[in-house]
Parts: sequence; structure tokens; C-alpha cells
Amino acid sequence: MLRATLKSLLSRKLRLVLSGMAVVLGAMFVSGAFVLTDTIGRSFDSLFSNAYANVDVQVTGHEVTEGQQATVPASVADQITAVPGVAGQPTPQVLVDGARVIGHDGKAVTTFGAPRYGRDWAGEKDQVQLREGHGPQADNEIAVNAGLAKTANLHVGDQVPVLTVFEPKKTYKLVGIFGRPGGRDSLGGETEVDFTTPVAQRVMLGQTGVYSDINVKAAAGVPDDALRARIATALGSSYQVKTGKQLADENKSSIQSGLSFFNDILLGFAAVALFVGTFLILNTFSIIVAQRTRELAMMRSLGSSRRQVIGSVMIEALLIGVVASLVGLGLGIGVGAVLAALFGGFVGGLQLAGIAVPLSAVIGALAVGIGITMLAALMPAIRASRIPPVAALQEVATADRPLTRVTVSGAVTTAIGVGLLGWGLFGRAGSGTLWLVLAGVLVSFIGVALLTPLVARPVVALIGSLFAWSVPGKLGRINSGRNPRRTAITAAALMVGLALITGFNVVVSSVSASLHHLGDTQVKADLIISGQQSAELPPTFDPAVLEKSKQLPGVREVAGGYLDIGKVNGKAEGIAAVSDLPALADMFPLTAKEGTLAALGDNQAVLDEDEAKTLGLHAGSTVTIQLSRGQPHTVKVVGIYAKNDVFNGWMVATNLIPDFRVPQPAQAFIRLQNQSDLAAVKASVARLLADSPEVNVTDRSGFIDQQVSQLNSVLTFIQILLALAILIAILGIVNTLALSVLERTRELGLLRAIGLRRAQAMRMVTVEAVVISIFGALLGLIVGSGLGVAVVRALRDQGFTNVALPWNQMVVYLVLAGVVGVVAAILPSVRAARINVLEAIAYE
Amino acid sequence: MTATTATTTRVAARASEVWKVYGSGEARVTALRGVSLELLRGQYTAVMGPSGSGKSTLMHCMAGLDAVTRGDVYIGQTRLTGLSDAGLTRLRRDQVGFVFQQFNLLPTLSAKENILLPLAIAGRKPDKPWYDTVIDTVGLRDRLSHRPSELSGGQQQRVACARALVSRPEVVFADEPTGNLDSRSGADILGFLRRSVTDFGQTVVMVTHDANAASYADRVIFLGDGRIVHEMAGPTPDAILDTLKKIDLSVGGE
Repeated sequence: MLRATLKSLLSRKLRLVLSGMAVVLGAMFVSGAFVLTDTIGRSFDSLFSNAYANVDVQVTGHEVTEGQQATVPASVADQITAVPGVAGQPTPQVLVDGARVIGHDGKAVTTFGAPRYGRDWAGEKDQVQLREGHGPQADNEIAVNAGLAKTANLHVGDQVPVLTVFEPKKTYKLVGIFGRPGGRDSLGGETEVDFTTPVAQRVMLGQTGVYSDINVKAAAGVPDDALRARIATALGSSYQVKTGKQLADENKSSIQSGLSFFNDILLGFAAVALFVGTFLILNTFSIIVAQRTRELAMMRSLGSSRRQVIGSVMIEALLIGVVASLVGLGLGIGVGAVLAALFGGFVGGLQLAGIAVPLSAVIGALAVGIGITMLAALMPAIRASRIPPVAALQEVATADRPLTRVTVSGAVTTAIGVGLLGWGLFGRAGSGTLWLVLAGVLVSFIGVALLTPLVARPVVALIGSLFAWSVPGKLGRINSGRNPRRTAITAAALMVGLALITGFNVVVSSVSASLHHLGDTQVKADLIISGQQSAELPPTFDPAVLEKSKQLPGVREVAGGYLDIGKVNGKAEGIAAVSDLPALADMFPLTAKEGTLAALGDNQAVLDEDEAKTLGLHAGSTVTIQLSRGQPHTVKVVGIYAKNDVFNGWMVATNLIPDFRVPQPAQAFIRLQNQSDLAAVKASVARLLADSPEVNVTDRSGFIDQQVSQLNSVLTFIQILLALAILIAILGIVNTLALSVLERTRELGLLRAIGLRRAQAMRMVTVEAVVISIFGALLGLIVGSGLGVAVVRALRDQGFTNVALPWNQMVVYLVLAGVVGVVAAILPSVRAARINVLEAIAYE
Repeated sequence: MTATTATTTRVAARASEVWKVYGSGEARVTALRGVSLELLRGQYTAVMGPSGSGKSTLMHCMAGLDAVTRGDVYIGQTRLTGLSDAGLTRLRRDQVGFVFQQFNLLPTLSAKENILLPLAIAGRKPDKPWYDTVIDTVGLRDRLSHRPSELSGGQQQRVACARALVSRPEVVFADEPTGNLDSRSGADILGFLRRSVTDFGQTVVMVTHDANAASYADRVIFLGDGRIVHEMAGPTPDAILDTLKKIDLSVGGE
């Protein structure tokens, strides 16, 4: 039996290669994701180990708010020196994210997530090696790391503008460029601007005489842990004391959690690809079983048991699964390595660890590849075992089975899927929401796929009639409707990827439409100053711009916003300080539910009614607010504003701004007087912002477009990842067509004999492919629109009231589907054209 | 010149010194060895011979389905030798009609669509009176909307005959058209082919090994071992059977 299986396996190479390909791609994605995240993870591990290699113990201030530490006064260094076991003088330093160099193009130099440190120059050490010039000695001098010098094309002697946490743009003279041990330009893509110590303290910490941390060396024979404990005891609870190893581990684990999220996303897309692949494999095995009906029936009549028949099909699946998974694993390792290298180059200067193959990649690829193949082959195998021995003696294969059963089960499955989806989106499922939605989508897809054969015939006939003006087109149309199950499953594979893309598109375009609607109907601000956040700190601008823009002719009112994350009664909350609350309330009609929204006095605040209800606050209540710096403030709630779709949360008085992490505004809203010239005012504001390159001024609709464009880039990313699923669907179309051509060799031969030209034969096959792929695309567009609309409806409470279908995109997808059909038809149609007429019609 | 013109107008298809060799070296098989044959317009020719005598090969070569190794083949005025695939395809579409032993029809098309298929492929409109004549001759008017699977074997072959005739080809090639039919249906088919020659002046070539079928023809060509070994005009079943016996003896005795 095994021999027979192997023989039949080899005789259908092409088909197996095609269906194996789906498994290969899926397994490749899985193992590639693991290899990529493993390599990057280990690269960061070694990065942090290096970064803290010379730190035995580090002292920082206590944690004021999440991730934000208090400063350390210089005097603490003396206290540490007194602790037994400390070697030499502790080194206090200023090392704070937020020093942004403005490049020659007038824009702030960005990194891909790596910090942009402002530091105090502490002389050349083993970790800091001057390459050119000298360290900063005067207040107007800086040194930068070689990575930054290269990216921004800076040279010693240049005048370099820098934005810092506490100061807007200021120009310094570049006097030195330094590198890192081993000839590296940076440790891991970070940029560094080194000032003299007092300047660094002033511009990065807002106060001289304090440091961000103090590094301590342990004396010989004193373990780091023991020293850490001694220092902690000596300093008391207002300081955090950690060993270099603890710090490296903390950094590693925060990177790891980021990477594992990334990994989950990649695996999610691998899952979509494999889900689509399942359709392809299922289809292939169904066809193989159908074609082997007589052979299998003969085996049954020769005495094979049902179990042996199932076994023979499943062994075939196992072999394909193993081979394809191994190939996929190998390719995945390569893909992971290439992507890791790209990522390393992207980040700039991340020293890549060697590529290794984690066990998770091997297990993941093999388990997924083999599992999916076997699972997909199970149904066809069982069907194979039901072939009666008498089928061996019958001339014709069994007629088309009725579609009743598959339709009923499809309807039930779809109903269950839609139910799950509805429960997830509209029910109060809490933490289970995501899983309910995912399960709902998955089950709905299966349900729709089962319903597809029923609609295949009429819909395909309809689509096909577009092509029926020529004989080859008509024949192609007829052929695509001949086997509704096969057409349906092939189209359903294409449906999945397109439905997901369309769904995302519907959500994005609806969000965009809702925001524009909101902007037009509720917002009276005409101009908005804001920037795109690309790093941990929000982009900010010179506070003087607020006052100056208010003085511009034609400007009615200006409200600037400063942002911080603080703690209200011990709970983390976003806190905004507003320069002119009445102006803001006027521009975004905010109405007082309690108290007033008049100008805030010192230590006063307003908040939205939902938040007030949650916290049990009323006008007149007081709360304790801890900002990123300094001591907690006792703040009085003077107003509670009514719920609205634009604003929510805390707004505090401007006297609290100095304790914000970045005491500079991140946003401003400007309303013009009636009949003033929008373009002229906009240009004037833009001129005021010349020294604040991180932000720009846009009109209302431009601002919304800017916000939506971030969603659009997410959408692009999703489309790229889902392209794999679509690629697999294309393989499915190729597979189905190749089989059609094979099965219809005689018909093609006959057609050629009575005068069908080669080009006409090719056109016939192409029409069949295009009809199938457009059918799949239509299904995808419909199902995807349904999904998207459901999600948008579920978001109604968040203010997304408009449903907008992205018609242009949908038309583009439909056209692309047509192109996909043409491409998929290339090989099968060439095959059809090359059919040898004599062999095809020979019957002896 | 006049003689040539006269000949060409009388001749619907012609093979001259046709050789057909398959394979090479050890596996070399010579199917036709210098066959020359003229098919006169309005004549019904049967080609007979034992298995492997080359009768199917001769038909394929003359119909433009297969290329000859040496020699020339003409259909009407057109020389087939050297024609491209596209040229041969157009020739088959416009000047040749086919009736195969089985699998003559596309299962997805109705009888009428099958009959009109060569014209549709060529983008030509059927000549309505002629179409009606053909349909009435084969007696299929009430079956036109049926699919092949809804027709009997004999009806399917009648559809195939109608298809071969409807484009008024230079020659109709029939390859064992009755091979799969019971004798009554077979007789129907042979009768139609006969009438298409007698009543409409159609040229028909039929490959068969059934002496009774061959007796419907005006003349019978006997092939043996790739050569024309005998020719008979006005055949009767008995005469054909006698000749076949002799050929079998002579070929077998070599």
C-alpha cells in the first residue's frame, strides 16, 4: 500500500508542488518570525550587556511616575563614597532622552525608536573614545557621537541647532565627535549630544546641581549584590539602587515584550496564510481523490480496508507536510536572517548577534506545516474511504453530489460565526472580546466558504457573461461554472485575504469620514499646530509661539496644550495643561456640566463627566496629582465638562507646567476672526514655527488627514503582510486551472482539431481564471465590507458615527483580482495551448 | 496548364509521395511509405486496412492534424506542408470537417452550439438554409437544445456529422464514425454521409475496418504496411472482405 501511495504521489508532481508551496510559505513565515525575533532579541541582549558592562551599581532617584525618576543631588555622591566596598569616586551623570539635533534639512534628526540622549561630558573613558576634536568646555560647545555625526552629516566646527527638554532651539558649536569601543558609532542606534555638566543639568533636568544617576564601582572582592544592598541601606527609600545586571535585564525584558508583540503579529499573519493554505490543500486532495476514484475502488475490491484507504491518503499528506515544512523552515531561516539584517541597518548601528535557529522555529514550522496538511487532507481521505468497490467497474465518476448538506452546514456555521462576532463586538465580553472577534471572523469565513458553492453557479455565470462575447470567453465562462465546489473553494481562498484587507479599509475610511464629520460639525479651531510622534517624547515647540500667534492679525483665540503622564490619587492618567481654557472650550464647544470652564487659577483643574463619575469627583473636590517631576500637588476641581466626542480627561492650570516631563507645548489650536485670510495666517504661523521643526501648522482637514495617514501606514503594513495570503490563493487558482486543463485534455484536443487557435485556447483558460478570481474578490469585498461595517458600528460609542466604504480601493482590488486571474492563468494556458491534438483525441 | 486547372478543380484533397516516420534509431517506425492519393470532389472514399497499416496516420496527415515527413499534402488549393500551426488551425476550421469515433462533442454545450462551434470560432454566421437542410438531414431538430449527456450514442454521432457538414468544408474526414455504435445507429450515420455526397456533392473520406461500412463508399483504398496495396470502385461487402483476406495473407506472409 505504501509503495502504491508513493508511486501515485510521484505521478502528480506539479499539483503536489503547488499545494506543498502553500505549506512552505506558511512554515516559512512561522520560522522566519521566530528566527527574526530571536536574532534581534539576542542582539539587544548583548547591546544592554555592553551598555552596563562598566556599571556595577547604579543609583537613581525614586520613581515619580511610571518610568520617570526623580533627580539625584550631587551630595548623594559623597554619601555613597562613604559606603564600604565602593571603589574610587562614584561617577554622577546626566543621561536623559530628549536632545534633538536639527539637521541641515531643518528637521529634527529622528531615530527608529532609539533614544536621543542629552548627556554631560565626563571626559574620555573606556566607553567613550574621542575620534576628533575635544570635549565641550564652554557652555556653547557640544560633542556628539559618531553615529549622529554621520546621520546628520555634522563636522567639528559646525554650528548645530539642538532642541532640549527644557529649552527650545538653541545653537551650539560642535567641538568633538566620539565613538564607542570596538570602533562602533553608537551602542545601538541611539544619538548623543554631550554638553558641559551645568548646561546638561539645566537643559535636560531643568536644574543645576542634580544628576539623573550615579554609577558606582565595587571594590575588588565585593560582589555587586552586596554593594547594592549596602548602598540601598545607606541612602534610604528615596533612591533606587540597582546592579548593572539588574538594569541590563530590565531593559532586555522590556525589549523582549515589545518583540514578542511583534512576533505575535507576524504569527497572526502566518495563521491567515496557513488558513488560506488549508483551502488549497483541501482542494488538491479532494481532486486527487476524485481522480483516483477508480484506482482506490480497485484497491478496495482487491481487499484493502477502509482504514488502509484513509491511511494511504494521509501518508501522502504526511509526506507533503514533512517535506514542505522542512523546506519552509529552511527558507524561513533565510528570510529571518535577511529581515534581521534589514532591521539592523534600519535601526542604524545595531550589532547583530549571529543567526541561530531557536527550537521554537523548528517546532513551530514542523507542527504547523504537518498539522495543517494532515488536517486539510482528513476530509478527502474519509471521502476516499467511502468509495464503493463497484466504482472500479463504472465508466463515469460519480455525478455531482447535491449541495444541500454543504449549504445547510455553511448556513449554520456562518450563523455561529456571525453570532460570535456580534457577541464580541456588541456584547460586554470584557477581556474575551478579542478572542471572540477572532473566532467569529474565522468561523464566519469557514461558513461563507461552505455557502460559496451554492452561489458559485449563478454568480460565476453572471461574471462570465462579461466575457461571453467571444467563443473562447464563452467556453471559459462555462468551464468555470462546471465544478462549483472546486471553483468555490478556490475563490474562497482569495476571499479570506481580500476580506481582511477590505475590512481594515472600511474601518480606516469610516474613521476618517467620522473624524472629518466631527471636525466640520463640532470643531471651530481653524488651524492646528502639532507634530507626528515618532519617539517616546511627544514633539514640542517653543512656548513663545503661543503668545506670538495670538498677536497675529486675524487671530481670534489660541489655546496651547502641554502633555504629561502623571498620577491622580495614585493612578496613572494623561494630564494636559491648557494655556487658555475658555478659548479651548469655545473652539471645541465644551460645556460645563458642573462648576465653570473659565480661566483656571493656580492649582485648579477641570475634567470630563465620565472620569469625574468614575472617580466620584464634583466641582469643589480636591485631588492629589503627581506629575513627572517634583512633589505631588493638591489640585481643586473647579469644573466638570459634558461628555463629547473630541476631548476627555484632565486639564490643569499652567502653573503646574514646570513639573511636566517636557515643559513645552505639544499642540495648539487657533481660531480666526470671521473673514480673515486662512492661508495668510497659516503662513504667518508657519514662519513663527521656523525654529520648531518637530511640529507644523495645518488647517482642520489637513490635521485630520495627518491623523488618518498614520492609520493608512498601518493599513499598508497589513496589506503587505496579507499579500502572502493572496499569493497562496493565487497558487490555488493556478492549481485548479492546471487540473482543469489536465482533465479537459480531450476537449481541448477536439476544439483544436475543429479549428480553435492556440491564442483562443489560452484565452479560454484565462477567462476561466479571471472569472474565478473576480468571484473570489467579490466575495472578499462583500464579506470584508460586512466585517468592517460591524466593527465601525461597534465603535459607535467612541464617536465613530460615519460608515464609509472605500469604493476606490474596492474597485482597485477588483481590477487587481482580474490581473491576478490573468497571471495565474499564464502557466495553465500555455499548457493548454501546447496540447498535442493527436494525442488528445487518440482513443486506441 | 488547362489540364492542371481541370485537375485541381476536380480534386478536393491530394497526397503525393507522402512518407511518415515516427521516432528515430531503434524506435523508428515508418507508418507511410510514399502514399499518393487523390480525393475527387463529390466522391465518398473509404480507407481500409489491418491495424498498423497506416490508415489513421494517412487521415491525420491529410487532414492537417499531423505533419508529414516527406511529400506533399493539399486540401483544395492549399498546400499543407510547411503551414504554421495557425495556418493549419485555420485550414481545419474552414476547409475540413471531422467526425471522430468518440468524444466528438463538448459536454458543456447544447447540440446546436456544438454544431455551430466551428463557425462560432471562426466568427462566421451560419448559412441558414444550409443549416436547416443539414439539421433536417440528420433529423435532430427536436434535440437541438439537449446536452450530449442527454443524447444517445447514435444521436451524438449525428450531431458530430451535422457539425462536420455545416461549414461546407472541402473534405469531411470520418475516423471510424460507427465504431462505437450498434448496427442500426451505424447504418443511420453511414446513410447520412452517403446522402451528403450524393445529394450535396460533399467530399467524404472515412477510415474504417468494417467491410459493411466501407461498402457505402464510391471507392475503397486498401492500405497495407504503409502503402496503397489495392483500390476498388463500386465496392460490395463480399468483394471487400475477399480483398482484405488477400491483403492479410500477403502482409502476414512477408
